[in-house]
Amino acid sequence: MSVMSGAQILLESLMREDVEVVFGYPGGVTLPIYDVLYDHPLKHILMRHEENASFAAEGYARTTGKVGVCMATSGPGATNLTTGLVDALMDSIPIVAITGQVPSKLIGRDAFQEADTFGITRGATKHNYLVKDISELADTIHEAFYVASSGRPGPVLVDTTKDVLIANTEYRPAIQIEKMRGYELRIDPTDDEVDEAVEFLWQAERPYVYAGGGIISSGASDELAEFVESLDAPVALTVMGLGAMPTEHPNFISMLGMHGSYAANMGVTECDLLIALGVRFDDRVTGRLDAFAPNARVLHVDIDPAEMGKNRSPDLGIVGDVKHVLQRLTQRIKETKETQGRKNKEARGSWKERITGWMHEYPYSYEPSKNEIKPQKLIQKIDSISGGEAVMSVDVGQHQMWAAQYMRFNGPRQWVVSGGLGAMGFGLPAALGAQVGRPDKVVFALVGDGGFMMSLPELATIASNKLPVKIIVLNNGTLGMVRQWQELFYDKRYCAIDMDCFPNCELLGAAFGIKSRTVDKPGDLDEALDEAMAEEGPFLLDVKVTPEENVFPMVPSGGAVNEMILEQPKPVTVGD
Amino acid sequence: MKQLISLLIENKPGALMRVTGVLTARGYNIESLTVARTLDSTLSSMTIVVDVDPVMQFLLIKQIKRLVNVVEVTDLTESRSVCGEMALVKIETTPEKRAALLKEIDVFGARIAKTDLLSYTLEATGTSDELDSFISLLHSYGTIEMIRSGAIAISGSSTTKSDDPLADITDSNGEAQEALQV
Repeated sequence: MSVMSGAQILLESLMREDVEVVFGYPGGVTLPIYDVLYDHPLKHILMRHEENASFAAEGYARTTGKVGVCMATSGPGATNLTTGLVDALMDSIPIVAITGQVPSKLIGRDAFQEADTFGITRGATKHNYLVKDISELADTIHEAFYVASSGRPGPVLVDTTKDVLIANTEYRPAIQIEKMRGYELRIDPTDDEVDEAVEFLWQAERPYVYAGGGIISSGASDELAEFVESLDAPVALTVMGLGAMPTEHPNFISMLGMHGSYAANMGVTECDLLIALGVRFDDRVTGRLDAFAPNARVLHVDIDPAEMGKNRSPDLGIVGDVKHVLQRLTQRIKETKETQGRKNKEARGSWKERITGWMHEYPYSYEPSKNEIKPQKLIQKIDSISGGEAVMSVDVGQHQMWAAQYMRFNGPRQWVVSGGLGAMGFGLPAALGAQVGRPDKVVFALVGDGGFMMSLPELATIASNKLPVKIIVLNNGTLGMVRQWQELFYDKRYCAIDMDCFPNCELLGAAFGIKSRTVDKPGDLDEALDEAMAEEGPFLLDVKVTPEENVFPMVPSGGAVNEMILEQPKPVTVGD
Repeated sequence: MKQLISLLIENKPGALMRVTGVLTARGYNIESLTVARTLDSTLSSMTIVVDVDPVMQFLLIKQIKRLVNVVEVTDLTESRSVCGEMALVKIETTPEKRAALLKEIDVFGARIAKTDLLSYTLEATGTSDELDSFISLLHSYGTIEMIRSGAIAISGSSTTKSDDPLADITDSNGEAQEALQV
């Protein structure tokens, strides 16, 4: 037992949670923490904006599977973190945010840099805490990590007043939580549930697996592969789930949803059993809900009871950890295969053929060009460098969807994406966090010119920490996805989409001390990418691509997923 | 539709806000809300009456249950429950009206908490509907000032406890719940 200050207890508590790095930005009320950090083993990465600290913590968490930690001061520091917290909430990413608060006695008096962080972040977090008593600090930090990482993971914020940080007390390490009242988790399915589910599986003539981020959170990639192999069912992944199954796996039929593959969207429309694993029937996946898997029974597995029937009522819902559930299901499938496996064998065989047919009928495609760098071509080139092994952190928009379509991933936690919130400015800071967490990996930050401008200051953090992130700007000179919608659904009334005055990236890179290059000819692309990869440190590559390229297939917002726009609509000729 | 929700929540700062946040974030108007201590001093009980979109009824219960501080939540809308409310009513009186008014008070079973020369202050309990009609009756005797507690409710069935965390999420018709039941 020793006497410690609140700030010391805070850092000690983080160390006990195996935290290795904090992405932060100091300020008035967190000075006591930074005073302890001065000679503390905990690594701190000074970001250039608090929002990016929360995104970096997410990038770290998404690629390592550990809890990411970010830290900010009271008031503006805390409010700036909020977008990253909501992003983590939407995508179920475990992060813990530490914020400072004005001294207890000043709360409610409109003190300098005071904001109601506890109130503001209530809807932005899985749970949050305001610590006004030093005796609660160690336990609260432990509880925050427990809540963030257990069950359906999510962001947790701990707001700590300055007087707590400077007070002294006997330090008593937190007692390991085994169970919390009001927060109970259901991990394992019952025997009855398993039996009933397996009955569903054998009865199906056209089974279809729709899996998502829950597989990655749960670490159930191997279990997923074993499950679909034992069943020989096609698997489509959500944008959050990419990497949950190797892209090259024979049962994988790519992403489904708004920009999903033809085969995935036709498959889900025609299936008679939808096996939904760690997914939430997001509107970007389902399109018009009543036309989504309209003839299918639904078997839904998720750890969050509130997901059952939220958007689609399951015929059988199993609340549990998808890893545990899949283990049990696969085991039961194997046990019953001999007696049940022949059932519907023929129907399943022709179902498989139809899926393969759809895949060959409409693979992802684009019109090649000799004069312009096609954005899809750029991504294919990055993919061939990656060979399914690199970490790919993307921003939001067209490039994100092309990357989802064309990048291959050999495993989980290589694909870093703001899936639910769609937060522009995410890609670069998230790549930074990913590179900190995975120094062994090649990390690409593939961003559009719009999102890049939102996260520009983090070039300094990348340069300062010598993080070898390969930043590739897919530069079409416009806010491409907005432009695409204005073209297709707003009569080409283009408004507020020009990203003019985009900086000269060679000068920009030089200003930050980052090697850089701009490329606009297809013939120069290979050499430019080679140069980027040969560079030991970070590299900024600005690639000017076809400005008016659209992402296809596309399910118009609110449309049925089988009603895809497959290619650029042909101009209508008068008298046609 | 009006949904009657009863819940048990850890007695911690912000807990009330978390629950009301689930409702207000969806734009629902809370008709009444009561919070009070329970036999266990670390827990508070809440009764909420909220105007909700019927299709959201079951989802709301699950989303409230998901909150870390919420220990138990029950939808009592269509189940056998005992529901009551209290009203404090101040009514102006004149000597001529008093006899009739006292009769009404007696018939309803209200209590006179305070009297003075010009008014009675009544304490009345009953179901919300009973109070509604009593209060409208009192209106005919003169101007009144009133405050109501909002409904409190308790499940009418004998409680059973189970180790399954999902068992805490109960709803009245069980339709959406069916899929979850073990």
